[in-house]
This record gives sequence, C-alpha cells and structure tokens, in this order.
Amino acid sequence: MTVLDTDLRPAEPPRYVVFWRRYRRNRAALLGLFLFAIVVLMALTAGLVDPGDPLRRAGQPLVPPFVDASTPLGTDQLGRSILSQLFYGARISLLVGVLATLVSIIIGIVIGALAGYFGGWVDDLLMRVTEAFQTIPNFVLLLTLVAILGSKIEWITVAIGVVSWTAPARMVRAEFMSLRNREFVDAARNLGVSNTSLIFREILPNALPPIIVYASVIMALSILLESALAFLGLGDPNYASWGNMIGQGRAVLRTAWYCSAIPGIAIVLTVLSFSLLGEGLNDAMNPRQKQ
Amino acid sequence: MKPTIPPLLIYALRRLLQAIPVIILIMMGTFLLLKMAPGDTVDALVGDMGGADAAFIARLRAEYGLDQPIWVQLWRYMVKLATFDLGRSFVYEQPVATVLMDRLGTTLLLMATSLSLAFSIGITLGAFAARRAYSLADNLISTLGLIFYATPSFFLSLMMMLLFSVKLGWLPVGGIKTIAGFYTGWDHVVDVARHLVMPTAALSLIYLSFYLRLMRSSVMQVADQDFVRTARAKGAGETRLMVHHIMRNALLPAVTLFGLQFSTLLGGSVVVETIFTLPGLGQLAYQSVIQRDMNTLMGIIFLCSIIVILVNFLTDLLYARLDSRIELS
Repeated sequence: MTVLDTDLRPAEPPRYVVFWRRYRRNRAALLGLFLFAIVVLMALTAGLVDPGDPLRRAGQPLVPPFVDASTPLGTDQLGRSILSQLFYGARISLLVGVLATLVSIIIGIVIGALAGYFGGWVDDLLMRVTEAFQTIPNFVLLLTLVAILGSKIEWITVAIGVVSWTAPARMVRAEFMSLRNREFVDAARNLGVSNTSLIFREILPNALPPIIVYASVIMALSILLESALAFLGLGDPNYASWGNMIGQGRAVLRTAWYCSAIPGIAIVLTVLSFSLLGEGLNDAMNPRQKQ
Repeated sequence: MKPTIPPLLIYALRRLLQAIPVIILIMMGTFLLLKMAPGDTVDALVGDMGGADAAFIARLRAEYGLDQPIWVQLWRYMVKLATFDLGRSFVYEQPVATVLMDRLGTTLLLMATSLSLAFSIGITLGAFAARRAYSLADNLISTLGLIFYATPSFFLSLMMMLLFSVKLGWLPVGGIKTIAGFYTGWDHVVDVARHLVMPTAALSLIYLSFYLRLMRSSVMQVADQDFVRTARAKGAGETRLMVHHIMRNALLPAVTLFGLQFSTLLGGSVVVETIFTLPGLGQLAYQSVIQRDMNTLMGIIFLCSIIVILVNFLTDLLYARLDSRIELS
C-alpha cells in the first residue's frame, strides 16, 4: 500500500477560518465589526490626535464644527475640543465596557456554576439572591452604589458589574445543570477529580460559548449605564466621557445642539456595533439555529 | 363532596410564598447598604442641628438603637420595613413613606403609558415584520428596532426636546402640568397628556425594540407549526389564522418579557424623569443621591421592589391563564 492509496481527506481549514467564513456571510455583522474597529481605533489613537488633556481649553467657546481647523468638530461652552473629547471618550467607554463585563461575567460564572453544579439548597439560596438582584431596578441600585462608593472610575466600573451579573449567572446555571450529569463529567468524577476542577476544567469550558456571545450584550448595556451616569453628572469628572459631554451640552441645547448630538451619535453607533457583533457571533457559532 | 379551592388560587398563593424570601433578602440588602454608607441617622440629625456634644450624641445613638448589636438592629429594621415604616427623610422633614406616596402616581402613570405604547406597537410591528420576513419592510422594521435599541433614552429625550419644544414649539419641555394653568376636567387630562408625550416616547422606544424582536422571532416560529398548517388546510383565512391561531401562541413569550422588563423600566425612569422634571420616584432617586438622603433612597429601592414583585405576580397569573398547558397544581 502506497501513501497515495490511503484515504486522507484534504486538510480541513483551521477552526478560525471556518468561523470567519460563517461570520462574514452576515453583512450586518460585518458592519458591526467595522464600526467596532473604528471605536477601538479611536480609543487607541486618542493620544496621537490630541497629546494634551482633552478637558483643557482648546479655543473659543462654542465654535461650530468645520469652522476652525484646530478644533474640527467645534468646541463646547468651556472651549474644550469636541473631537479630542470624543476620542478620549471612546477610551473610557471601551474600558468601562470591557472591565464591567468581566466583573459581571466572573460574578455570574461563580454564582451560576455553584448553583447549577451543587443544586439543592445552594441552588435555592443563590437563585433567591439572583431574583433579589433582578427585582431591584438596576439603575437605582447603581445610583445607590455610586452614592456610597463615590464617583471614581474604578468604583463605577465595579458597580456596573455588580448590577448586571444576573443574566449570565442564569445562563451559566442552566448550562451547568444540563452538563453536570453527562458521561464525561461522570467519568472524571469516578477518576477522583475534585469538585473544583470538575467545575472549572471539565464543565466550564463547555458552558462558555453562549456566555461569550452574551458578553457583547452586557458590554453594550454597560456602556449605556456608564453614559447615563455621566449624563446625570455622577460620572468621574476627571475623564472625558460621552455621557458627560451630552449632559453638559444640555445647557446649550438651544444654541449649540451639536455639543450633545455628536457624542450621542457616537454612543448609538458603538452600542449598535456591539448588537450586530453579538448577532454575528451567535449565527457563526450556531449555524444550524438560523433557518 | 369537599369544596375544592380553584387551582389558579393555589398557584397564586404559592407564587406569593415564593416572593417572601426575596423580599427578606432585599430588606437585608438595603440594611447592608445603609451600613456601608458613610454616616448614620444620628450623624444626619446632628448635622442638621449644627453639631452637639459627645454625651448627647451617645444618648441619641442609644435612643435610635444604634448601640445595639448588628443583629438586633437588622431585626428591628426589618420589622419596621414590614409595617412600611421607612424612617424619616431629613431633606423633606417628613416620613419617607409620605414622600414616596406623593411621587408614586406620576411614576406609575409614566410606566403605564410607556409599557402600553412599547407593548402594542412592538407587537404589531414585530408580527407585521414576521409575516413579511426578509422583505424590504421587514428589513426596515428590523433596522429601526436595532437603532431604537442602541439609542440611550437621555440622548433621544434631548433630541426630541430640540425638535418639538425648541424648534417647533409643539410640546412643553418639562413638568407634569402647566404650573399656572389651573386646568380642570378634560383640559387637565389633555394638559398632562401633552406633558407625557416625550417622556413616554423616550422611555418606551428601547422596550419597543425588545418586543419587536421577540415578537418577530416568536411569530415566525409559531407560523411554522403543524396546527397552523392544519388550520390553513381547513380553509382559515390569513387574518383569522393570524389573530386566532398564531398571535394567541406567539404572545406568550411577550407576556413573560413584560414582567421581566418592568424592573429595568423603573430604573430607566430615573433618567427620563430627571430630564423632563417629572415629579416621580425616579427624579426623587436622583435627588436623593445628590443630597445623600439614604433613607429615602432605601425607601425607593424597597417600594420599587414591591411593585416589581407585584407586577411579576400579575403577569405570572396572566400567563397561567393564557397558557392552558401550564399545570397549576
């Protein structure tokens, strides 16, 4: 028998290539990726666009967009450049979005995994706690936490994570409940594997994909929550934030509407990009679900 | 034969019993938050008086039970909450319960208008899009839904203000009624309604998009099922098919969402009420944060939680009534 006779199938393309082929079939998802790339680029190049403090006075107050070349998108009532604030705001939105999502997913995984894996009274107790968190209106709880912890950006991020972990916890719990009695888990258990490594090394990797897709939703919600806080003037005053720009622009809405319209459009496009991205990821991961 | 209790009633009672541990957990949570907050009741009192000597402060602490062990304090706090004694607001110089009741009506009115708008329009558009799936109309509606979802309510509020109040002068910019109007009867109703148009629109659009997307997928799913094909084969017209066979089943997930979304909607009212200066619970929550009025803030959390639990209870009952497949006993 020669090598030629063996029925070796042609090498399958690597998994990420398959994934990308599936992803790009969805044109809306491509648009989402494009918008997302722009926001990331803005966040990365903020220092190049304006090496100084974005909150410093850059020119005359209330210059309309496309008039002065040094402040292309105009200035607000304090003479701060809208363009530099927009770029630095992208940084804060993304940073808060990513970190708050991490916090919420970590809390969600721990609570959901314990409830789903152990069941019984642990599940009962943790689910009642989850229900309590779902019952309290999350924005009111967020305001309270910010009132208690203060308006530093780190605390705001943690607080946003703390008010948005319930949905991932429920998803993780459902996944764990369906996975905990599968053969591979039983096999590992019979080999004497400890509960901790059963949870984190056997079950969790299998439970993660839907959570990763859902992360895009949490990210979008976190950005909306941060901007709403900043809009109300409860954000960190030391950083440029889109929500804060809109809140400040409210005072001059009558004469200089662009002060709030420009950052507003930035928020809409960013949140839109996350929604589209999430839908695209979902379709690419479960190609059979969509018929 | 023994008189039997109707199963719906037993189901309702069981659901109410399940809510009790959640309420207890929320009480413990608000107590914890109060303890985490810098300063306590006595600090607020003394601050109000402009300072006092240490012996007097210690006596006040003892009077308010703040020298007791933490478990005793928690127990007393929960007993007070259970009788709806929410403490005193040091900003409004009134019991918190009184302050809240003044504000409750406005918020409930805003909730009712926003939810009905989001529910009715979202469901209609979603069902319409599903019947013409992948057509131009469907794409348009779905895109609109995505944009509504991505637009923060405060941004939408400002843009509506700019258009309808500043540029066109059609709608009042804030408040719940014209201050010096003294309208009565229908004039009053019309006046309040004019004030509620923009807040309702701002608050409902994001939820409208939820219902739209849910309804679209739900109708498409139900329309594929065997009983719909059977009904069509028996000669049911498209309208009858839609109203009688598809909608009744496709509505069920939307009813569940109704209960789930209520808490988020209450949270959203903070921003919208603050922008439009509507004297409701949301605006009060914002003012309490600014003024560090922790008692009022905890009262709002507690009252909102009770409302959310009640709404969820009612939607559960409605769901059980609508879906005869649910075993009530």
